[in-house]
Amino acid sequence: MNFEDEPVPGYPLPILPGHTSPGRLERVLRAGQFAVTCELAPPDSADPEEVYQRARMFDRYVDAINATDGSGANCHMSSLAVCALLTRVGYAPVMQISCRDRNRIAIQGDILGCAAMGVCNVLCLSGDGVQAGDHPQALPVFDLDSISLLSTARTLRDEHRFLSGRKITYAPRVLLGAAENPFAPPVAWRAQRLAKKVEAGAQFIQTQYCYDIPLLKQFLREVQDLGLLGKVFILVGVGPLRSAKAAEYMRTHVPGVHIPDAVVKRMAGTKDGAREGRQLCIDIIQEIHSLPGVSGIHLMAYKQEDSIPDIIDRSGVLRGRVPWYPGRATAEATVNRTFS
Amino acid sequence: MYALRRWSVRHARGLNAFYRRFEAVICGLHPLWKRIGYARLERPVAATERLVKGTLFDCKMCGQCALSSTGMACPMNCPKNLRNGPCGGVRDNGNCEVQPEMKCVWHEAFSGAQRIPGGIEKLRTVQLPVDRRLTGKSSWLRVARLRAGESHEL
Repeated sequence: MNFEDEPVPGYPLPILPGHTSPGRLERVLRAGQFAVTCELAPPDSADPEEVYQRARMFDRYVDAINATDGSGANCHMSSLAVCALLTRVGYAPVMQISCRDRNRIAIQGDILGCAAMGVCNVLCLSGDGVQAGDHPQALPVFDLDSISLLSTARTLRDEHRFLSGRKITYAPRVLLGAAENPFAPPVAWRAQRLAKKVEAGAQFIQTQYCYDIPLLKQFLREVQDLGLLGKVFILVGVGPLRSAKAAEYMRTHVPGVHIPDAVVKRMAGTKDGAREGRQLCIDIIQEIHSLPGVSGIHLMAYKQEDSIPDIIDRSGVLRGRVPWYPGRATAEATVNRTFS
Repeated sequence: MYALRRWSVRHARGLNAFYRRFEAVICGLHPLWKRIGYARLERPVAATERLVKGTLFDCKMCGQCALSSTGMACPMNCPKNLRNGPCGGVRDNGNCEVQPEMKCVWHEAFSGAQRIPGGIEKLRTVQLPVDRRLTGKSSWLRVARLRAGESHEL
C-alpha cells in the first residue's frame, strides 16, 4: 500500500480521522486489507545490526513486526529496545509487553517511552511462567494481568492519566492488542474471554498457532454471536512445522499449542518434513483468508524466519500488495523501470 | 487443601448462597463494628477469615476477595495471579501450565460459575489491578465498610 503522506523513515505518519494511532498496521487494518504480521525473535546480543538483519528477512512481506518480550521466559534483548531500533528506520513494530517481569510502575513508563520512540502498536500479554525459561529462579512479578494491563494502557491513552490519577501531558497514541488462544481449555469460554479483552480495550488480537480450522470456525461463530466482529481485528496465528517429530514435541511440551492428530499424521506421511510443513502452513493460511471475520495472519516461524517470504508469496494473500519497508520507494521504482 | 478447594468449586452454588446471607449479616452489623472499632477488629477477624477461607478455598488473603465473581475458585492460586481469566497456556487436560499436577484455577472458575445463577456474567467483570497494600487484611470488614459508604482506610 502506498500512503501519499509517506514520511521520512523514523518520523510518524499523521493520524487519520477515526484512528487511534499514526501506525501503518492500523491503516492497513482499517482499510480492510488482509494484514500480515510476524514475530521477530530478539537477539542474545547488544548489536543493533542483528536486529536489522532479522527484520530485513521480512521486507516486502509484512505489515508489522512483533518484538517478543522475553518469550518463553527466556532472556533476550528487551522488546522496547528492539522496537526503538526498528522505528528508527521506519518499520512498524508491535511491542509485546508481558506482565511477568515488570510491575505497573515500570510498564506504564515503558508505554510512554515506546510511544515517544514511534511505536504505534502494543500487545498486552500475561506472559509465560518463569519456570518455562532459562531463569526459573527469578521472581515472577505478575503485578497486572493481560486484561488489567489493557485497561491500564487505555487509561494512559484515552484518559491522559496514570493509574494513580496523575496527569499525562501527551498521551501515548497506540493501537492496543491482545493475545487469544481459541484452542486451549476452557474452549467454551474463549470467545467470552475475548469479549472481556475487547471491553478492556483490545482493538486487535493475535491468536496462538492455528492448526485446527474447525475449532477456529467455531470460535469465530461465537465471536460473531457476541457481536464482536467489527469491534476487534482478528489476526490468526500460523507457522510452519518442521517435521512430524517437531509437531509431536510442540503439542506435548509447549503449553497452549494444540495440534490435531490429522496434522501430525500428514506430517508423518512425508519424507521432506520441512517442505510439507510449509505447504501445510500455506493451506491453512488460504483457508483462513477465506473466513469472514478474519483480518489477517500473524506468522510465527521461530528459527525458520527465512521461510516466511516463500510462504506468503505462495499463499497469495497479499494479492500483489507490497507492504512498506525501508527503501521500498526506490526499489519499486527500479522494478517498474526495468519492466516498462 | 487442594481436595477441599475442588470440593468448594463443586459446591459453588450452595457456598455462594451462604455467602450472600453472611455478607448481609456482616454489612448489617456495621454500626456494631464501628462501635468496637474496625482497627481493633482487624486482627481477630482477619485471622478467622484466613482460617475459614484458607481451609475452603486455599485463600491467599489478598484482602479484596473476588470469590463470588470467580465461581468460588480463588484466582490468587493461579501461579500468575491472573484475576481476569485463564492464560493461553492451559493444557489439553485442563491443567495448569506452571504446575502441571494442578487443575487450572480458571478452568475450575468456569465450572464453578456455571453452577451459580448469573455466575458466567460475573466472570465478565473486568477486575482491577490488585491493591497490594491490602494483602493479609480482612476482606469481610472491607466490604462492610465500603457498603456502608465509608472509605476504607488502610
